[in-house]
Amino acid sequence: MLMRNFFAVLMAVYVSCASAELQIEINQGVENPTPVAIVPFAWQGVGAAPEDVAQIIDSDLARSGQFSPVSRRDMLSFPSRESELFFRDWRAISAEYVLIGRVSVGTQARVDFQLFDVTRQTAVETGTVTGPVSELRMLAHRVSDQVYETLSGIPGAFATRLLYVSVTRNPQGKDFYRLTLADSDGRRPIVLLEGRDPILSPTWSPDGREIAYVSFETSRPAIYRQNLLTGQREQLTNFKGLNNSPAWSPDGNTMALVLSKDGNPDIYLLNLSSRSLTRLTRHFAIDTEPTWMPDGKSLLFTSDRGGRPQIYRYDLRTNKIDRVTFEGPYNARARVAQDGRNVALVHQRDGRYHIAVFDLVTDRLTVLTETSLDESPSIAPNGSIVLYATKRGEESILGAVAVDGGVRFSLPSREGSVQEPAWSPYVTP
Amino acid sequence: MVALCDTLSFYAIFLRRAEENRVFMRYIMRIWGTTHRGKVSTMKNVSLYAKWLGLVFAALILAACSGNDTKEQEAAAAAAAEQAAQEAAAQEAAQERAQAEAAANQREAEAEAAAMGTVFYFGFDSSSLTDEARTQVDAHIAALLGNNDSIRLEGHTDERGTREYNLALGERRANAVRDYMVANGVPSYRIETVSYGEENPVAYGSGESNWQQNRRVELK
Repeated sequence: MLMRNFFAVLMAVYVSCASAELQIEINQGVENPTPVAIVPFAWQGVGAAPEDVAQIIDSDLARSGQFSPVSRRDMLSFPSRESELFFRDWRAISAEYVLIGRVSVGTQARVDFQLFDVTRQTAVETGTVTGPVSELRMLAHRVSDQVYETLSGIPGAFATRLLYVSVTRNPQGKDFYRLTLADSDGRRPIVLLEGRDPILSPTWSPDGREIAYVSFETSRPAIYRQNLLTGQREQLTNFKGLNNSPAWSPDGNTMALVLSKDGNPDIYLLNLSSRSLTRLTRHFAIDTEPTWMPDGKSLLFTSDRGGRPQIYRYDLRTNKIDRVTFEGPYNARARVAQDGRNVALVHQRDGRYHIAVFDLVTDRLTVLTETSLDESPSIAPNGSIVLYATKRGEESILGAVAVDGGVRFSLPSREGSVQEPAWSPYVTP
Repeated sequence: MVALCDTLSFYAIFLRRAEENRVFMRYIMRIWGTTHRGKVSTMKNVSLYAKWLGLVFAALILAACSGNDTKEQEAAAAAAAEQAAQEAAAQEAAQERAQAEAAANQREAEAEAAAMGTVFYFGFDSSSLTDEARTQVDAHIAALLGNNDSIRLEGHTDERGTREYNLALGERRANAVRDYMVANGVPSYRIETVSYGEENPVAYGSGESNWQQNRRVELK
């Protein structure tokens, strides 16, 4: 057992695994996506460019469903500076916007870019991003974020990361679980923990530097916290019964979690510095799946105290609990967008489990998905997309749907199942 | 006198079991006209008891062999010793029979429990034991009441619904089996419960035929 734990810790620095890598399939975009030409960026370094920065941006914008990138084969020229740009070349192929840029690598990598409006024949955005050479892909995603914000008015969420659990089925014995960290486009997967015991509920600290999850590696569920930079790992709970659903408070000081040590599942708060534990709910029903409102003043959680699972709110100032959802027999596992208004949850209708968005202001519930075994919703930090897990045949895959329902894409694993996605917060570059 | 000494020495060699010791002590005490029954029977520590017995024994043998006992006393003592020996043997045999019978019963109970299987299935969204599951668990309770085994009850659900909520449902199922066992006399400290929720399914596919195989508690 000790040896296994040791290996589990070692896994934190183990980088590998094409089998855990996600593919992206765009299923549905907006009706008239904006045509954008992303011209190959000029490489100002020795040898071949380590990454095709323009291609990364191209894929990001295509995945958003709101843009249709122009194929390179259709481009009449490949400008990398404003002086080389002729708008007629881009009008001719009906591009509405053109992005050009240059990549240079010294002690740091640097990407300069300029976005032009073809109709108005002006630059609408000029920018530079810099960072470690090893993070060139992340720099490309940061350019995508800025281009996306300029064109849509909403900050992009491309320079973020995903946590998920990959599972290789083993009908003869125990399944194989891998807690995986990847870029938001599914690339560069890193296995953080692997083994034959279930891993679930991965979640992020608000600064994106740490994660928490539940692992059964001790043959019982326990909550672990792991630093992504140092790989340092710590077991936070080891109570009798359930230890699950860790959720960091927005200030990072407290973790909400579920324990059943006192008889049945209730919500507790763990102070991460003093390690003191406070019991929030006391009910013979199931109370689980706590999640924080962005202001940190209340939590949403799932409870079947009314007979069926529904979402409730615990107000930390008044210690009062009130019921939030009433539509349908099953609403569970809420995740709140940064605006504090949209709540993604699992909603059952006619025996099918869908991802829905509940508006806390209008109390309106909108079902977003058509598949029937959807679970584990996670909202992008810009609030625009809900990532979730669903089933395709016998395997679990990730699905993504825009909060307004307009855009959909799937992220199946190249091999095996993928489940329990957790979209990272914005990480300060 | 010689006969008594012989009897005592002979008996001393065969003194093994506490029960026999107790019978023999009662006999010795009768001879000496004192009653130490209470004291003797409270001696639980056999090795201490054996030491103590050894000392008393030596004293008794000395006293007996050098005393002025009559032939009648010797004869009576010998008869009593014989009777005690017979009683002890009979008691031992009865005990052995009872033990053998209990062991056979336990083997039978364990075989029955094993035949019942170690997986108990549940209805959709239910943590109540079905009649079938109850029959199975009854067989395991019968086996557990006759041994000291510690068991682990693993609760599972099907894939529908959220993972964390299913962990709670799986725990309800494991607890339902545990509570039924405890209500029927199995000490709770011998039972560990753990819920896996929808992790570790037996059947990977969707649909009721797969789901019903996954809604279960496994006894390990």
